Amino acid sequence: MSRGHNGAGPSGDAYRSYYGKPVVKEPVWEPMVPAYFFLGGTAGAAASLGLAARLTGNTALARAASYADVVAITASPPLLIADLGRPERFLNMLRMFKVTSPMSVGTWIVSASGVASGAAASLEILGRLPRARLAAEAAAGALGPFLATYTAALLADTSIPVWHEARRELPFVFAGSSAASAGGVCALLATPRAARPARRLAVAGAALELAAAAAMRRRLGFLAEPYTRGPTRTLTSTATVLTGAGGLAMLLAGHRRPGTVAAGAMLLAGSLTERFAIFRAGFASARDPRYTVISQRQRLGRQTAGATG
Amino acid sequence: MSPTLQLGTTPLGWPGSYGDEAQPRMGFFTDTSVCIGCKACEIACKEWNQVPEDELRFSGESFDNTGELSANSWRHVAFIEQRIPSDGATATPPRTAEPPLPEELRWLMSSDVCKHCTHAACLDVCPTGAIFRTEFGTVVIQQDVCNGCGYCIPACPFGVISRRERDQLPAASNGISGLGTAHKCTLCYDRLKDGMEPACAKACPTDSIQFGELDELRERARGRLEVLQQQGAGEARLYGEDPHDGVGGFGAFFLLLDDPEVYGLPPDPVVPTRRLPEIWGAAVLAGAALAAGVVAAVAGGRR
Repeated sequence: MSRGHNGAGPSGDAYRSYYGKPVVKEPVWEPMVPAYFFLGGTAGAAASLGLAARLTGNTALARAASYADVVAITASPPLLIADLGRPERFLNMLRMFKVTSPMSVGTWIVSASGVASGAAASLEILGRLPRARLAAEAAAGALGPFLATYTAALLADTSIPVWHEARRELPFVFAGSSAASAGGVCALLATPRAARPARRLAVAGAALELAAAAAMRRRLGFLAEPYTRGPTRTLTSTATVLTGAGGLAMLLAGHRRPGTVAAGAMLLAGSLTERFAIFRAGFASARDPRYTVISQRQRLGRQTAGATG
Repeated sequence: MSPTLQLGTTPLGWPGSYGDEAQPRMGFFTDTSVCIGCKACEIACKEWNQVPEDELRFSGESFDNTGELSANSWRHVAFIEQRIPSDGATATPPRTAEPPLPEELRWLMSSDVCKHCTHAACLDVCPTGAIFRTEFGTVVIQQDVCNGCGYCIPACPFGVISRRERDQLPAASNGISGLGTAHKCTLCYDRLKDGMEPACAKACPTDSIQFGELDELRERARGRLEVLQQQGAGEARLYGEDPHDGVGGFGAFFLLLDDPEVYGLPPDPVVPTRRLPEIWGAAVLAGAALAAGVVAAVAGGRR
């Protein structure tokens, strides 16, 4: 749009802009961030699965989940710190606790989860202090679901249309995606017999991820356009295919090892790709003023109609 | 109705948290009808606040080579060229079916700046507390606290903030401070503390940028709007003066001569944290669903 101050919306409705420039700024976040969304989600769901396995006496699965959890959660802070403009000031995150900032709440969730998961896995390896280990597992397992979903709140609490307007569905996409990846990796690590709950969680997670993502894009309407264009389109369809195929393969694999391995790998890849698709869609949604301007004009139109009619 | 926070018409915690040190809420009224596009505001701001130069470039977009508000541009003068019928009564382009009226050029100029929102998304989401509400009711980023997490950048409904990065500055610039942190207009917090007006307002030769107590500015703006409308400028409107809008009113508001989006401004800005109950509600619900899924997965028997 060279000198174009006017453009056309999805159904041809005109909108105006300043030389086609963005109204809101796209984030400065790098791929470390969606990579963390994937790792943190996997860690959170794995911690919950591990706790549930422990409480039902499935020690082999509890151990596998604990190891998956500790690896993923340990890799998370370095990614988050590396993404800061001033990494040496990362501790400033712990100056306060603010419910209005999902990043602030999340920092505390990640920190507490990291300590709990680290303690649980260490005691598991050492084979010492089973009660302390259980307490640590309980803490990690209780925080886990919110470690998996707060990141969706983090994206929703911005002015990026494709994230903010998806605020109701986005956490369910993340919950499903986390369940799929955690179930997938635990199914890979545990013996086939012990891994049955992991396979179930993976299948249910994949189904939730796909259903919630579809519902999200349906609600977004034309705001979902970034998911259907350019490189984000490829990411979106890749995530859908991997998650769908992975879930199906996991459902059919049963105790067969090769099938489980393939299914787990596809689910992990699908979950990671889904986070990147959502991340990238946000950038595209910020870059084009049509999404900001048209959605706000439509809102104003509805308000006017509501006021007069 | 979806749950939203009922936000008042004054900033949260202000002026109460300042006790005796509280000051009247200060702001800008930018009357774009008298802006001549001299960019003195941009330069005065850079000089006073030691904001580094951007890379010089020709945008081809009228006289605007600044482009947007950013870490390195805290005032941005927008230039819009419009062809309008020579009767001047309306900005709407002539319909093709009618005999074409002779056209003339209308030039809109507007100096954009941080809005210092009553309910500021940047401040709400800042996890370090680097962004705070001053005793003047303005919104300022503490450079020694900000760790450059970047959350404020997509949170702002106006795209005001960015992070100062090395690679955006001219190669020759050395000794630039504040790299890696977020920057925006401080409403010249340091000058306000010394009872001086912000540099941009001081430098503005036409009083397009007016500085003062917000309540008084709002009154002045309504008077100005009335005068303009009596003179036939039916398209004149105030933008951000209403304390009941989506951000609780701007501390720095505008008189515009066309739709906000023509100037690159959002037509209906809403602070995203207004939806916090819905945002957190969905996250907790989804977390509970995940927990329920885990329980079901282990309890599901040996199928």
